[in-house]
Amino acid sequence: METKDIIAQPVIAKETNTDFEVRSLDTICVNESRMEHSWWHSIKYLIAGLLFGILLVKAEVISWFRIQEMFRLQSFHMYGVIGAAVVTGIISIWIIKKFKVKTIYGEPIELHPKQFNKGQIYGGLLFGAGWALTGACPGPLYALIGTGATVIIVTLLSAIAGTWVYGRMREKLPH
Amino acid sequence: MQFLEWIKQPWPWYVAGPLIGLVVPLLLIMGNKSFGVSSSLRHICAACIPADIPFFKYNWRKETWNLFFVAGILLGAFIATQWLNNGQPIAVNPKLANDLQQYNIHNYSSIVPVELFNWPSLLTARGFILLVVGGFLVGFGTRYAGGCTSGHAIMGLSNLQWPSLVATCCFMIGGFITANLILPVILNL
Repeated sequence: METKDIIAQPVIAKETNTDFEVRSLDTICVNESRMEHSWWHSIKYLIAGLLFGILLVKAEVISWFRIQEMFRLQSFHMYGVIGAAVVTGIISIWIIKKFKVKTIYGEPIELHPKQFNKGQIYGGLLFGAGWALTGACPGPLYALIGTGATVIIVTLLSAIAGTWVYGRMREKLPH
Repeated sequence: MQFLEWIKQPWPWYVAGPLIGLVVPLLLIMGNKSFGVSSSLRHICAACIPADIPFFKYNWRKETWNLFFVAGILLGAFIATQWLNNGQPIAVNPKLANDLQQYNIHNYSSIVPVELFNWPSLLTARGFILLVVGGFLVGFGTRYAGGCTSGHAIMGLSNLQWPSLVATCCFMIGGFITANLILPVILNL
C-alpha cells in the first residue's frame, strides 16, 4: 500500500520519515540537494561502482581466504589495503575542505559528522562476526555474485533480511 | 601487451588501497555522496518490503544513486573476473593453507573456497551457518552500527570521525573472536 501511494503521487509525496536522527545515523538522505536530475545522471554512479568492483576483485579483498588471513594475523595485505585507502581518503577530504572543492554541479561539498551511539559497539561486534564467517562485507557481497559465486545471492538476501529485522526491532535495541 | 599481463595479476595493497581511497572524493565530487555500501540494503528494504516500519519509511528514490553504485560493483567484479584474470590460484599464507587442510579445504582456484561456497553447501550445517547466518549478521550488524567497512572504516575515518573508529575497532574485535575461536568449531561440523 505504502509504495502504491508514493507511485500515485510522485510529486506531492512528502518525506514520510522526517526524523533527521534516524536518517543521519546512516549518513543517508542528509545531502539534500535541491537539484533534480534525470535518471541517466545516476549512470555515473554505476561507473564509479564498476571501478570499485574491479578494485575489490583485483585487490582480492573479497576473498574469504584473505579475510581469514587478516583475522589470524597471517598477512599484512588487508591492513595495507584498508590503511592506504584511509590515508588517501584523509588527504582527499583535507584537500576538498582546504580548497573548498565543489561538485561537478557546482554545489559545495558537505560532510556530516557521525553521532556516537552504542549501536556502533554492539552492531560492530555482530558485523565483525558476520565478516569473519562470510568473508564479505556488503560491498563484496555484490562483487562476489559478479565473480560467479552465485550462492552468495542467498547470503545477500539474508543480509537484506538482517537489515529488515534490525529495522523492525530498532526501538527495542539499546542505542 | 606487457601492461595487460601486469593488470591481470592480483594488485598489491599499495596500488589497490590508494585507488579504493579515491572512491571517497570521486563520489563527493560526482554529487555530494558519502561512500557507503550497506545503506543499499536498507534502501532495498524500503523499496520492496517497508511493512510500515518507520525505519524504512523514507523517500528511498532520493538514494537510487546507491543502488546504481552497487549494481556497478557487481558488473565491475564480473568484468574483472572474465577479462582481467590470469587464472592463477590464489596465493595464501602456507600457515592458513595448513590450517584449512584439516577442514577439507584444498581448492584455491577460485577467490573463495569452492568447498564452502556452493549451492549444495547450503544444506550442510557449516555451509548454512557461514552463508545464511553470516549474511544475516552482516545485514543486521552493519545497520545497527550505522555503516560497514566502506561507510565507517573508510569514509568515516577519512573524515576523522571518532565514532567510526569505535565501530571499526568493534568490527575487528568481532572478527578476531569469530575467526579464531568460533569458526574452527563451525568448520568441523
